[in-house]
Amino acid sequence: MDIFKIALAGNPNSGKTTLFNALTGSNHYVGNWAGVTVEKREGRMQHAEHIMDIVDLPGIYSLSPYTLEEKISRDYIQNENPDVVLNIIDATALERNLYLTLQLIELGRPVVVALNMMDEAEKKNIQLDLEGLSAALGVPVVPIVALRKRGLPELLETVVTAHHAKAAYKPRRFNYGEEVEAFVREVELKLPKSLKADHDPRWIALKLFEHDIEVQKLVSPLKFDSGHDSPDRMADLRYRVIGEMISGTASLEAIAFDPLTDRIDRVLLNPFLGLPIFGLVMWLMFYLTFNLGGVFADLIDVFFAVHLSSWVTAGLEFLQVAPWLVSLVVDGVIGGVGGVLTFVPNIAIVFVMISLLEDTGYMARAAYLMDHWMTKVGLNGKTFIPMVLGFGCNVPAIMGTRTIENENDRLIAILINPFMSCGARFPVYVLFASVFFPGNETAVTFSLYILGILMAMAFAMIFRKTLFKGEQSPFIMELPPYRFPKPGDLGIHVWEKVRGYLIKAGTVIFGASVVLWFVLNFNFTGQVPITESFGATIGHFIAPFFGPLGFGTWQNALSLVSGIIAKEIVVANTAILYGLSDTAGAAEFGPVLSQAFTQVSAYAFMVFVLLYTPCVGVIGVIKRETNSWKWTGFSVLYQLVVAWVMAFIVYQVGMLIFG
Amino acid sequence: MSLIEAKKGQCVILENIEYGHKVKKKLQDMGLTPGVRLCVVSSGLFGPMIVDVRGSRVALGRGILGKITVRNAEA
Repeated sequence: MDIFKIALAGNPNSGKTTLFNALTGSNHYVGNWAGVTVEKREGRMQHAEHIMDIVDLPGIYSLSPYTLEEKISRDYIQNENPDVVLNIIDATALERNLYLTLQLIELGRPVVVALNMMDEAEKKNIQLDLEGLSAALGVPVVPIVALRKRGLPELLETVVTAHHAKAAYKPRRFNYGEEVEAFVREVELKLPKSLKADHDPRWIALKLFEHDIEVQKLVSPLKFDSGHDSPDRMADLRYRVIGEMISGTASLEAIAFDPLTDRIDRVLLNPFLGLPIFGLVMWLMFYLTFNLGGVFADLIDVFFAVHLSSWVTAGLEFLQVAPWLVSLVVDGVIGGVGGVLTFVPNIAIVFVMISLLEDTGYMARAAYLMDHWMTKVGLNGKTFIPMVLGFGCNVPAIMGTRTIENENDRLIAILINPFMSCGARFPVYVLFASVFFPGNETAVTFSLYILGILMAMAFAMIFRKTLFKGEQSPFIMELPPYRFPKPGDLGIHVWEKVRGYLIKAGTVIFGASVVLWFVLNFNFTGQVPITESFGATIGHFIAPFFGPLGFGTWQNALSLVSGIIAKEIVVANTAILYGLSDTAGAAEFGPVLSQAFTQVSAYAFMVFVLLYTPCVGVIGVIKRETNSWKWTGFSVLYQLVVAWVMAFIVYQVGMLIFG
Repeated sequence: MSLIEAKKGQCVILENIEYGHKVKKKLQDMGLTPGVRLCVVSSGLFGPMIVDVRGSRVALGRGILGKITVRNAEA
């Protein structure tokens, strides 16, 4: 039994994640790269008597040190010494994919190339001389179809062989012409022995020719002059080498783009139809979330509200458990956690829709379509992607802003993201809309999502004009060919996200429910009626703040404050606070809430929940991503002010009209 | 001429990119190196342009299009 490490590298959209999932199945976990919030996936698999630990490197085009993803990948391969670098490339976009392959080979670790999407290549009539390509690259090339798990046993055999033969492995030296070779010779001659021991001197020389700042630091104080435009020439020379390789081993079809994608794009990216179709897609996303999700949600609701509560109550009473403990378990825990779990189906559907947008390749088109409008508020189309992700959860969405290269753009994107209404706020809308706006739930909820988008856009513009003046960064984005999403991959993506929500329900919300139950049932003298509890005291203290907004009761004040822990808690708490013994539906909530709210104040309340201070998880990720307490504090405060002002306007104007 | 002037369906040869180091490098990594042939797949009155470069599709915003110098491929 031997254990060895494999680093999986490849371009975005090369099928890397599909291959990773196919190899490791569910036997993997998702974390972060040390110190940064780029997602890191690691998994373990067994093949015959070999155990392979596979690390999924971020999707990259190159190995320069300018983007975090590229730097992470390069550092990993250089410092962690994976036994084999498995490079997955898209057989239908060979030219661009091989650009990374050359650089991976030059790093000096043994490389195995997995030539993916061979079925599509065959369909497109691309003739490939695999042996010729393998000989030209100096590494094994294995044809696979990651989506259908074709070629995987052969691939693994090749990886094992490469691992065993690594002592004898010598990376191929691609010939970049006399100018580069002369420069390489000069560098190799002057490099001290200590550096040559740790790094391939040819790699150092080539990177110096590219003006790579990290490598320049590495060889300092030595300096080498390759001319000011050598990086441009290096990129060109690499593509020349690739061009020769391809003309010798592949037919002309290899460099043509997928014609089907072009036909689809003629409709989806049509100057007149593109945006309306995108609007329709978004509307469908919300429609399914509200309606399809609602069906499942009702079933879960009945389970918690009717069955589980009564079983547990009966069980605990049979065991003669103290009444306060019964109350804690049934009112506190089942009421609080159950109220949140009810919305798992809705949240799962949001994530399914978002994953579909990403996996099919439509998300990049959405960015393209929105670029013109995003430019109007001072951002570019790429910033729109984290905004859409925010409909699921703002935490991964804010992490997703990593793909925005410009620092100012990224800060704006982070600051406006919490206005995008996440899945956790959805339960609040459902509850209030169903009580106060029966028949119009979808319209009311949809209006809040729209308000969130408008606020995000408005504040992007305000920030661009005040805090972050300066030139807009350009929109550059690859539009990948459309792909049919693989249900297995989709399932894995959605499960990763839903699991996070479930864990939150089991930990944070569980804890908060217990604490809240305590706060509402006790004061210094012991167990007391709810109106004399700690909670009532705290709530009464804060309530005047919400008075001008139309919901200045101590119950609302307390539930909004605790909602900062997680927005779902507002619903869980409303159930507990108004003394409803379980996860009550609209029918039970109706009479109680109607006393505390009018239609106008209920809408003002929803507006406040939409806009106010993000939850603790989001505050944490803002701190990590901006690496600044100043911006984190700013984010918390400005949203609170914005929420208050907007709810104030809604309530006061609403009262003038309807009051 | 600059790429922004290219019409839909037109193929051009990239000559130079006048932009900051990072953006230029990124474009080069995506295959937009001097001498490469670009074909305009889609271009509206406003909004980004889509070009075909080395068998892949890249969308480029208005802000960068004006900074890319090209010459006609037929000339």
